[in-house]
Amino acid sequence: MTEVTTTASTAGMPGTSDLAVTMNGVNKWYGQFHALKDITLTVARGERIVICGPSGSGKSTLIRCINRLESIQKGKIVVDGHDLGAGAKSVDVVRQETGMVFQSFNLFPHMTVLENCTLAPIKVRGVSSAEAEATARKFLERVRIPEQADKYPAQLSGGQQQRVAIARALCMNPKIMLFDEPTSALDPEMVKEVLDTMIDLASEGMTMLCVTHEMGFARQVADRVIFMDQGEIVEEGAPEAFFSSPKHERTRNFLGQIS
Amino acid sequence: MIRPFGWNEFLIIVMAAQWTIALSAIAFAGGGIGGLLVALARVSDIRPLRILAVGFIRVFQGTPLLMQLFLVFFGMNIFGLAINPWVAASIALTLHASAFLGEIWRGCVEAVPPGQREAATALGLKYVNRMRYIILPQATRIAVAPTVGFLVQLIKGTSLAAIIGFTELTRQGQIINNATFSPFMVFGTVAAIYFVLCWPLSLLARRMEVRFSRSTQR
Repeated sequence: MTEVTTTASTAGMPGTSDLAVTMNGVNKWYGQFHALKDITLTVARGERIVICGPSGSGKSTLIRCINRLESIQKGKIVVDGHDLGAGAKSVDVVRQETGMVFQSFNLFPHMTVLENCTLAPIKVRGVSSAEAEATARKFLERVRIPEQADKYPAQLSGGQQQRVAIARALCMNPKIMLFDEPTSALDPEMVKEVLDTMIDLASEGMTMLCVTHEMGFARQVADRVIFMDQGEIVEEGAPEAFFSSPKHERTRNFLGQIS
Repeated sequence: MIRPFGWNEFLIIVMAAQWTIALSAIAFAGGGIGGLLVALARVSDIRPLRILAVGFIRVFQGTPLLMQLFLVFFGMNIFGLAINPWVAASIALTLHASAFLGEIWRGCVEAVPPGQREAATALGLKYVNRMRYIILPQATRIAVAPTVGFLVQLIKGTSLAAIIGFTELTRQGQIINNATFSPFMVFGTVAAIYFVLCWPLSLLARRMEVRFSRSTQR
């Protein structure tokens, strides 16, 4: 109980600003390969951002840097007021405050759906198992699969698995949600159920960064669309302007190819 | 005095199997703990630990078990400890098993898809909890079959302890053979007992392997 109240009351504390994420001059290399080039990006609280671009453009790397699944060599990333460069402590805090959904779901196959959802709240947040279970059931309800709680991930369809993954992330009460191509591994008929879940989440005011090629989703929920190519942010703008009158040649080419 | 190889002699050899089993059990238990540490060091983020683990594994994989037994047995004497075949055989086989199980289990830990570690990390789980709840439970399933396979090797390997004077199955066979001079009967019996110990384990390993491959293909 106390855990929850302290989190809530300190929510505005480190983030005295309205910024959920700021990236400043971020550079990353994989050996010789320059994966992120001077990325500067700010995300306001409650903002919904869609990041698109050709494969290998660095978009996944970009959002994986936000919860430090990837380290950076140069620049500064501040998430919810915590500087990721300030040491392990702030990285831990940031990981608790950000939820992530992966292309390949990455559910824990040896645990039931419910256990998948309760493990981190119990072990990381220290909530009681009864409370964690109640929270998990609430979120499974919200992603519309409460009846699957006692099944194992392998018994579910891809769309259901991804919705479990979203519920699992939400059980940690994150302030920011990161989506790394959440619908790319799904059969076409299952894409919609996952997107609908994400749209619900967006309508509740969650700060979201989504790497996705679902342009319909981008039009519908994004406050801002970012186009990346070869490790750079080439263009960004409100979806209306971005889709109707892209400024850059590369953006036009990309949009021409995917539509 | 040559005595014939009879029921009594047979029973003496059979009874010696308990020491083979006891030594195998000690080596397997010790090697289990050591192997887990070696495997964790081998996949650690800390470079010196990794190098240390690799060095340990290479030394024990690259030298004969008999030499390892000799070095521990005679080495204890040099360091001023009383020569004791029990202690020497236990230490040598434990180190041996630690190196091999460590390398087997490293492979199993690395066989868990990287997405599992990433998902656990993204949820805020730290190293110990990640290993304990996510990585090791999955690695264990993969590890069961090769681990049982190694246990068979280990049981057969204990026969070398006979050379440093540890009275287990093989050594008891030598002693009985010295009295009966019927080596074919004696060592035939000894071999049969090893077979009875190892064959069910091999079958078990095979069964688990099949079950595992069935459960991972979907």
